[in-house]
Amino acid sequence: MLYHLGLLSEYLKNYMKTRLTYRADFWVEVLSDLLFQVTNLIFIFVIFMHTNSLAGWSQNEVVFVYGFFMVPWGVFACFVNMWNFSERYIVKGEMDRILTRPAHNLFQIFLENVDPPSLIGSLIGLLIMAVSGINLGLPFEWWTVPALILLTISATAIYTGIYTTLTALSFYSDAPTGIIPLMYNIQSYGRYPVTIYNRAIQVLLTWILPFAFVGVYPAGLFLQREEMTRMALLTPVMGAIFLSIGLFVWSRGVRKYKGAGS
Amino acid sequence: MSNRTSVAAASPGGGYKGDEGAERGQRRLLLEAYFDFIRIRFLTMLAYRLNYYTGILIYSLNIGVNYFTWKAIYGQGESLGGFTAAQMTTYVAVSWMARAFYFNNLDREIATDIRDGSIAIQFIRPYNYVFAKMMQGLGEGMFRFLLFMIPGMALAMLLFPVQLPHDPAAWVGFLVMLFFSFLINSQINIITGLLAFFVENNEGLMRMKRVVVDLFSGLIIPISLFPGWLSSILKLLPFQAITYLPGSVFTGRVQGVGIWNVFGIQIIWFVILLIPLFWLYRAARQRLFVQGG
Repeated sequence: MLYHLGLLSEYLKNYMKTRLTYRADFWVEVLSDLLFQVTNLIFIFVIFMHTNSLAGWSQNEVVFVYGFFMVPWGVFACFVNMWNFSERYIVKGEMDRILTRPAHNLFQIFLENVDPPSLIGSLIGLLIMAVSGINLGLPFEWWTVPALILLTISATAIYTGIYTTLTALSFYSDAPTGIIPLMYNIQSYGRYPVTIYNRAIQVLLTWILPFAFVGVYPAGLFLQREEMTRMALLTPVMGAIFLSIGLFVWSRGVRKYKGAGS
Repeated sequence: MSNRTSVAAASPGGGYKGDEGAERGQRRLLLEAYFDFIRIRFLTMLAYRLNYYTGILIYSLNIGVNYFTWKAIYGQGESLGGFTAAQMTTYVAVSWMARAFYFNNLDREIATDIRDGSIAIQFIRPYNYVFAKMMQGLGEGMFRFLLFMIPGMALAMLLFPVQLPHDPAAWVGFLVMLFFSFLINSQINIITGLLAFFVENNEGLMRMKRVVVDLFSGLIIPISLFPGWLSSILKLLPFQAITYLPGSVFTGRVQGVGIWNVFGIQIIWFVILLIPLFWLYRAARQRLFVQGG
């Protein structure tokens, strides 16, 4: 554990050094991430210019869910970033090098792709939660912070599970799978009250691609939404299940890896 | 990769100045080379067609989620920003499926060519790099139109109450405007890609562009639903020409002479965007330094 933490800090230092060489791009990237979040907020604000409630949820509640959604997403994007895995590691054969490293291969890949600026998104998410929480007059209980931490970790585990599974597919197929960028669209649907969707989409977002567990369900706990409480408490379980699936598929996939032959 | 060989074959020697026949022959070869760019990209895409079946499903899901979201927003209301609930359904479906056609990664491809230095080789070849990229985009677009957009639209019509226009002018207008959506989107992509010459690593810029295009083109929210000041700004930007204008024609919100007006806006943007495109291309050729080589 200590060894892995040491590695992490080394890679973070390394990251800062490489990023400072492309300083302008660094800020453009931070800015573009923020802009992405702003556009999503614009969507919410525009919607509520035309209606008072979205299936019984007020604007402040929907914004609060959005704020919560940003927190685990930022943590995930910082520490688990497999955006270019197929191109970088499979096609170019870099996976060979990974497998010879002492750290676990998946951990090594996470390390090489740490992206600390993403955490700025988490901070902004917390801020949004605070502001809309005050607007709603939500109570701040003794369990608020521990629950927030636990739910953030669980949601991050769900993300990690899903994306590790999808990334591991590139061990089986040489063709670049275009699935992951498309997934980014789908996950964003977990931050609206799922009750507005029909049954099929609800089931999909709850049990198959459980993105409702990274947004509306856990946030419902803080919003004192009775109908979501049970689901919110299920979040850690879903996190454990999906993380296990991801790790299992990954380790099966790595065994299939044969190298690029160059 | 395979397109390189075809171009090499199509560019023999060169330098017969004054010999008109040879020059004409060379021009024909060049034209064939451009045609090959389209053909080869189409075939490459065909080889990876499996990805697009999942794409159709995921786009249908996108339409579904947007459809139900709008349904919840409409509630009892009849009309928002000039859209009836039925028009909104059609608008959402046709906008996403239009995106299935016009979307491409030319910006990313150009940025990769610049970053790994292979652009130097492509610049000395006897074809216009930007034009060749456009042709590759066209090959991809043809593939996406036939194997992604059309089956996707058919599926969306099965799942959601999409209303197709009865007026043939709306169909013709939509298809022509869709082609211009593709052209304008590709121009924006190429401009973003070429900016990699000036910022070395334009990852953030490309992401920003994607977000801006999706939001400001009217894909996520039709432009008439934005607050007044914002929608009047958006009407001065090229993005509305990608989704909002063709979608308005298809849903029948714009009819008759109005179609010519919105089509005119698209043409104007197509012409205006040529200016930064050529300027960047020229500036880029002078600025080129290959990183790492």
